Amino acid sequence: MSWDAWVPLLVVASSLLPGLIIFALAEQRVRLRTALNLLGATLKLALVALMLWGVFHGHHYEARFGLLPGLDLVLRAGPLALLFVTLSAVLWLLTTIYAIGYLEGSPHRSRFFGFFSLCVSATVGVALAGNLITFVIFYELLTLSTYPLVVHRGTEVARRAGQTYLIYTVFGGALLLLGTVWLYTLTGNLDFTARGFVRGLGSEHAPALMMIFAMLIAGFGVKAALVPLHGWLPRAMVAPAPVSALLHAVAVVKAGAFGIVRVVYDVFGVEFAAGLGVMRPLAWLAAVTIIYGSIRALFQDDLKRRLAFSTVSQVSYITLGVAIVGPIATVGGVVHLVHQGLMKITLFFCAGNLAETLGVHKITEMNGAGRRMPWTMAAFTVGAFGMIGAPPVAGFISKWYLGLGALEAGKGWVILVLAGSSLLNAAYFLPILHRAWFRPPPDRWPLEHDFGRKETAWALLLPPVVTAFLAVGAGLMASVPFSPLEWARLVVQREFYGP
Amino acid sequence: MDAVVSAIPWGPVLILLPLAAGTTCFVFPSTAKTVGLVTVTLVPLAVAGLAWRLLAHGVYHHAVGGWGAPLGIDLQADGLSLLMLAMTAFVGFGVTLYATGYFKAGQSDRFWPLWLFLLAALNALFLSGDLFNLYVTLEMIGLAAVAMTALQGGRDALVGAMRYLLATLLGSLAYLMGVALLYHGYGTVDLGLLAARVTPSPVAWAALGLMSAGLVLKTALFPLHFWLPPAHASAPAPVSALLSALVVKASFYILLRLWLEIFSPMAGGVAGLLGLLGGAAVLWGSLQALRQVRVKLLVAYSTVAQIGYLFLAFPLAAGMGLTAWSAVVYLAFSHALAKAAMFLAAGNLVHFGGHDRVVDLDRVVQRLPLTAGAFALAGVSIMGLPPSGGFNGKWLLLQAAVAQGRWDIAGVMVVGGLMAAGYIFKVLGHTFTQANVPHEPSSVPARMEWAAMILACGAILLGFLAPPFLAVLAVGNPIAAGGLGS
Repeated sequence: MSWDAWVPLLVVASSLLPGLIIFALAEQRVRLRTALNLLGATLKLALVALMLWGVFHGHHYEARFGLLPGLDLVLRAGPLALLFVTLSAVLWLLTTIYAIGYLEGSPHRSRFFGFFSLCVSATVGVALAGNLITFVIFYELLTLSTYPLVVHRGTEVARRAGQTYLIYTVFGGALLLLGTVWLYTLTGNLDFTARGFVRGLGSEHAPALMMIFAMLIAGFGVKAALVPLHGWLPRAMVAPAPVSALLHAVAVVKAGAFGIVRVVYDVFGVEFAAGLGVMRPLAWLAAVTIIYGSIRALFQDDLKRRLAFSTVSQVSYITLGVAIVGPIATVGGVVHLVHQGLMKITLFFCAGNLAETLGVHKITEMNGAGRRMPWTMAAFTVGAFGMIGAPPVAGFISKWYLGLGALEAGKGWVILVLAGSSLLNAAYFLPILHRAWFRPPPDRWPLEHDFGRKETAWALLLPPVVTAFLAVGAGLMASVPFSPLEWARLVVQREFYGP
Repeated sequence: MDAVVSAIPWGPVLILLPLAAGTTCFVFPSTAKTVGLVTVTLVPLAVAGLAWRLLAHGVYHHAVGGWGAPLGIDLQADGLSLLMLAMTAFVGFGVTLYATGYFKAGQSDRFWPLWLFLLAALNALFLSGDLFNLYVTLEMIGLAAVAMTALQGGRDALVGAMRYLLATLLGSLAYLMGVALLYHGYGTVDLGLLAARVTPSPVAWAALGLMSAGLVLKTALFPLHFWLPPAHASAPAPVSALLSALVVKASFYILLRLWLEIFSPMAGGVAGLLGLLGGAAVLWGSLQALRQVRVKLLVAYSTVAQIGYLFLAFPLAAGMGLTAWSAVVYLAFSHALAKAAMFLAAGNLVHFGGHDRVVDLDRVVQRLPLTAGAFALAGVSIMGLPPSGGFNGKWLLLQAAVAQGRWDIAGVMVVGGLMAAGYIFKVLGHTFTQANVPHEPSSVPARMEWAAMILACGAILLGFLAPPFLAVLAVGNPIAAGGLGS
């Protein structure tokens, strides 16, 4: 194999191997564990940067092994894959730093970081998968490696949350498997192809293809938290904050949304799917999810639960962008993959900081939090404005492209959905900001930890501040080369609507 | 190199080595552990030698004493036999490693000779080429297995062993009557000769019915599984592992051979019936496993369900023989590794906490991480999630089902997988939590934990080995030779 074939493998291995070593480490080997974690994350980032440069200049990174008769395990770095890989690699580094600070002194850290690394390896595998079977394998691996993180605390509540998570995801996985097998028996091929690989099938297969589409979307929809398959997400909030960040921004939810993008563009091909008439229901489903998630978020007093319902709503922007059918809306959807990740992880980091530093879990307890923790709440404010869609934060760019794309495709109703969602976002985020900045703090916080002159530990403060800057940067410098937006346009030009 | 390796008579070695070792253990009990360990280290080497020969020169034949087929005893091995031998050697190694840490003095004396005789009988069965030899080895396996079930002593174990004894004798008897009918009708018991001579006729029909019924009873296919859960759950952990992983596979292997070589042209209706029972087994076994409150019984019912999967292939074979039978062999092999790992892990849980009640598992994941990990990895294969041997087998079987539009079979497989996830995560979930009744833990020897882990890792690794696995299976082409096409 040439060097170029090794790079995607190394990207997966750079978190897999440290993870396996970490499992074997004794609990008190803190330094070695931290070093391994950071080494793996940095190495991955360097490799991803190498691939970004290479793919931009037309290099081809592909690794391939025999898996089953007629099927290979394929890891391939195309522009779309890299968008997701880059997001995961960057956020993994930050989340690792955050988790090191967050879990300091708590038990079972070797187990935690071991599964944490496995989880990211699976995500990177999902991103780089070059065919549907590889995708399915890493997708299931993701389910398995996140379960121990969800039940990490070992309480009865955590166990039940893990059970709910599994019931949803294993069910989705089964549908996905069945759909994949069915597709394979029809086409004899599962390689992701620009404009899809099912086009060659005659019209007599249309009903079967519609069923397969529904199965695959349902399978991915579970993780992407499409209504009515979203029930696990708010319940999984019992997990520690870094896990929530991982679920919502880096890995799980994203893998689902990414799967939907793959199915529409690289399995069916968007024109073919539109011809089948399956895109309209998908667009409606996404729209319903966006509104429903926002409405449910309004009524949550628990901060993390409110954020969870917000995720349900926001991730469906990606699906919506794809389902509108049109290059501009697709740019909006694909770029939201990155933008939502940056903004949502900021919010979850901040929620974790509030809980760890002040013992604040509920929105009603947040009065005056901005005065006690100005940096944290500043980052939170950036994330919240991004979600609402206010310029110059990245969320604005997504919504702008989605709106333009909808108009271009002649689907004016989407604008109403976007506007309604923005209003609802404002309705559930602005009261939080008002409490934090303009109300007086209480005499005593529920459970305050003292960090001396700093507002909290640096490992907890640095990640949200960095991601908040990135979210603003992605909005302000949207037209600079290698910005998420420019890369999303590259994806759409080269892979989806290219020659 | 090739001349030397190919010249050694690997077949007799594989049978005589454990036989001699078993006798040694019986005569000199104090040497048992060492002899056992040495034997299970040498057996995989012998299997590797046989594999070398098979891959270099094709199907292996050995005429014992130089007499040859109609008169003497023929040993033979094709790709299917080789895989079964490899499965036995691998599981045997893991279980032996475990057993050296498990048994107390009294039980140990009886366990080692029995286990090594069982190993010899299993190897002999997979190397046999005629129906009567198969009967003899099957009977040896049955008797050794029953005796091992009763090792524990006590009421539960004896009741379980008694039921098992009756079932296994009845099964062998039915099989033997079928053999007699075929011998009477066609004048030979050699599989190769029978394959050429048997035509659909009343005699063949009667033989098919009797032999299938007997073997199905011994394989514990629903609704003839009644003897399995008590026997497998009450036996000592290493014995449970051997019974579930290997012993039920022996009778299934004979059924598969008969089917591939003799009965395939005449068995349409029976294939449908076996498939139906297989489907019922998957659902019923999984449902029972979900309802169990003790780990060992849960794992035993899981075996009932997993055996069902093997029979789902029979109705699919008519259209897609190669895919369906490959799937079956893959599933059988992966199940052997995974189920052995699970029973060993369950044994560790009992050893550790003194019980195996699911809800009272007390933070096992922290305290026995290797055992919990082994159970989880084995569970991945049992559920059929990737990457694992179980996934590969399930994928192939699903492919055969969907391609022929057998949505009922595909549906049963998927539902069975979901239920398996249900019962496996029921156990895993409770390994994270604290129990209401804390128990006094006693330490588990490291080798017992590692033995379970090695087997579980084997089941996972199988997920990456499909190309060589299927290449070995194609040696001698037992599947295509059955006239089933692809």
